[in-house]
Amino acid sequence: MTEQATLKIWRGTDAAAGHFDTHQVPFEPGQSVLDGLRWIRVHRDPSLAIRFSCINANACKECMIELDGKTVYACTARLTPQVMTLTPLSNKKLVRDLVTEIAPPAERFA
Amino acid sequence: MTEPMRAETDILVIGSGAAGMYAAIEAARGGAKVLLADRSLIGRGGATVMAQMTVAVALGSETDDHWTHHYQDTLKAGRGLSNPALAQLLCEDGPDCIRAMDEWGVGWARKDGHITQAMAPGHDRPRCVYVDFLNTGPAVSKTLRTVVNKTAGITKAGDLCIVDLLHHDGAVVGAAALHLGSGAPVIISAKATILATGGLTRLYRRNSASSNMGGDGYALALRAGARLVDMEFVQFFPIGHLAPRLIGMDPIMWDPFRYKLGGRLLNNRMEEFTQNYGAVENGKYVITRDAGSYAIVKEVEAGRGSPHGGAFLSFQHVPEAKLREAFGPVIDKLAENGIDLTKMPVEVAPIAHYHMGGIAADTQMQTGVPGLFAAGEAVGGANGANRLSGNAITEAFVFGRRAGRAAADYAGKAARGPDRAGNAQAAIDLISAGAPDREINTAEMVQALQATMQDDVGALRNETGLRRALAEITAMKQELGEQPQGDGQRFDMRRVDWLDLRNMIQVARVVTEAALARTETRGAQHREDYPDTSPDWAVNQFVTLRDGRIALSPEKTATAA
Ligand SMILES: Cc1cc2nc3c(=O)[nH]c(=O)nc-3n(C[C@H](O)[C@H](O)[C@H](O)COP(=O)(O)OP(=O)(O)OC[C@H]3O[C@@H](n4cnc5c(N)ncnc54)[C@H](O)[C@@H]3O)c2cc1C
Ligand code: FES
Repeated sequence: MTEQATLKIWRGTDAAAGHFDTHQVPFEPGQSVLDGLRWIRVHRDPSLAIRFSCINANACKECMIELDGKTVYACTARLTPQVMTLTPLSNKKLVRDLVTEIAPPAERFA
Repeated sequence: MTEPMRAETDILVIGSGAAGMYAAIEAARGGAKVLLADRSLIGRGGATVMAQMTVAVALGSETDDHWTHHYQDTLKAGRGLSNPALAQLLCEDGPDCIRAMDEWGVGWARKDGHITQAMAPGHDRPRCVYVDFLNTGPAVSKTLRTVVNKTAGITKAGDLCIVDLLHHDGAVVGAAALHLGSGAPVIISAKATILATGGLTRLYRRNSASSNMGGDGYALALRAGARLVDMEFVQFFPIGHLAPRLIGMDPIMWDPFRYKLGGRLLNNRMEEFTQNYGAVENGKYVITRDAGSYAIVKEVEAGRGSPHGGAFLSFQHVPEAKLREAFGPVIDKLAENGIDLTKMPVEVAPIAHYHMGGIAADTQMQTGVPGLFAAGEAVGGANGANRLSGNAITEAFVFGRRAGRAAADYAGKAARGPDRAGNAQAAIDLISAGAPDREINTAEMVQALQATMQDDVGALRNETGLRRALAEITAMKQELGEQPQGDGQRFDMRRVDWLDLRNMIQVARVVTEAALARTETRGAQHREDYPDTSPDWAVNQFVTLRDGRIALSPEKTATAA
């Protein structure tokens, strides 16, 4: 059974001047928000930026974003058939869209 | 014109999985200045942190063992194609690295004071160490990160995607990278470079890969003049999780369940079937990876697959108390996903999991191109046509350690390359190109390539499919074009996809051509049109890039010393 989630996603490279893009995403119960974001990249907009590596294992811990204002891992938060608002971590420096600077300072190149 | 950022180091380690981190530690201990770079965050982006299971090593702490027994099993699993010198290195040095990891506090599971070693298919005795519960990879990664942090001389740089190696006078003298955080190009000058970039399983639709496992290292090595070997041998893990959707867990997690609890592999008639493919299981776990993948794909083909196109795996006969004792908190995680093993089977199917092939290297991890070393899964040869479970992490430790030492020795003697290596400008131009005049959907293209590889260069292969794949790959290369996609600003996923596709398409072609040339079935390569193993094919295929074209040269496999 395929349901639809509505993902309202913050976009931009300037924290003070972003906008929201809204996409309908088909999903099967059990799928993750990251599944939805990856679907959007393939089917709607490959320019959407999101940081992730492991996709399933919840091992890399790179995919932290805010979902309706709460910090979650995009790969373990589940899609639900309603409006879900996704924003970058508000306590980290913005890089682009949902990507923030999360590496410890000693592990950054610049 | 974007001015590149610059960095200078003795040794550049590309990739921070177990192999890269071990190499960095060892090189720094040897007195070298090390830059440890990763396209993802340090110690997070590859297979190492995702591994949940076991590490094979002849420790002899559970039962009497010796590295020569492990070596024999490794050669046997390799179906006659293992490079004996590399296999020996893996088995002989394994115990040392496992003890070092123990001292560094990894926390190998213990029972009655000794390190526990579990039995796994293909091993002649209990040989596999692990960290409970399903925590081997995260523990290994964390331990090595801690040691890296404590070791003087290592600079770490995440978000640094290496785009090309730089060469000068036939030697590798560093690399050009895209700094994801800013979009800027970076030129790294290094006396020695170690490729520890892991495998290529992201080339497949069904995989256990992270998004960083598109085979970058193979493409980088090839373009720098190094040789690849055994590229046709992609290991499919037979019982990757298929359905219901399970999140927060590594898709190969059913393997430890099978180690500890056996489990029953069933077709859609709820009958066991592996005995029809030569492996009588009787609730135990004995089938090897190549045979298991074959058996499942064949059952599906015969119309006896599970609803999502795989097989059922059932633990319904195992009492709940026993499940809990073996896997504690994992059982709760399954419950969160709506899975109750006492009541239902799950669906499993072969998924691309590991690459036996890779960069050709000697026992000093030298690639033959001066200044270029390789380590870990990026190296081909030790596991021949099929890998034993648990050998990959051992390989990452052992080869990483060896590469770190050898590169430090080399860097101690080598002169620094010139400021501007011959191909630096071309790489900078790619990294910092402006937006293209023609837009393509790069994310969709990655998916299309994965579908082609899965369907036509997967666990079952034949000439028609392989030729179809080659045609598709050629068309995709055309479609990709010479102009990078995206705006080149910070964290530009289209630019990254484009650079990834540049590598993935090249590596996919190598895998496909090698699979097509090998007209036999052996280990992970199943040719439906050539179902037998041929003694004439006891050869390794080496791959080079000549004038932009892939050339294959078969060489008889070396015999054990
Ligand atoms: C889910 C899963 C479970 C596994 N379980 C086991 C197990 O239980 N036992 C076992 O023995 N083996 C297991 N394996 C295999 C084993 O984990 C790997 O073979 C091994 O960890 C590889 O280590 P590595 O250091 O060579 O590469 P990786 O750990 O994959 O690290 C490679 C690193 O290189 C980086 N990189 C890649 N390209 C670039 C680039 N262009 N620029 C910069 N950085 C780059 C990546 O981001 C990554 O961090 C498993 C594999 C997977 C995927
Ligand atoms: S993608 Fe790795 S933890 Fe979410």
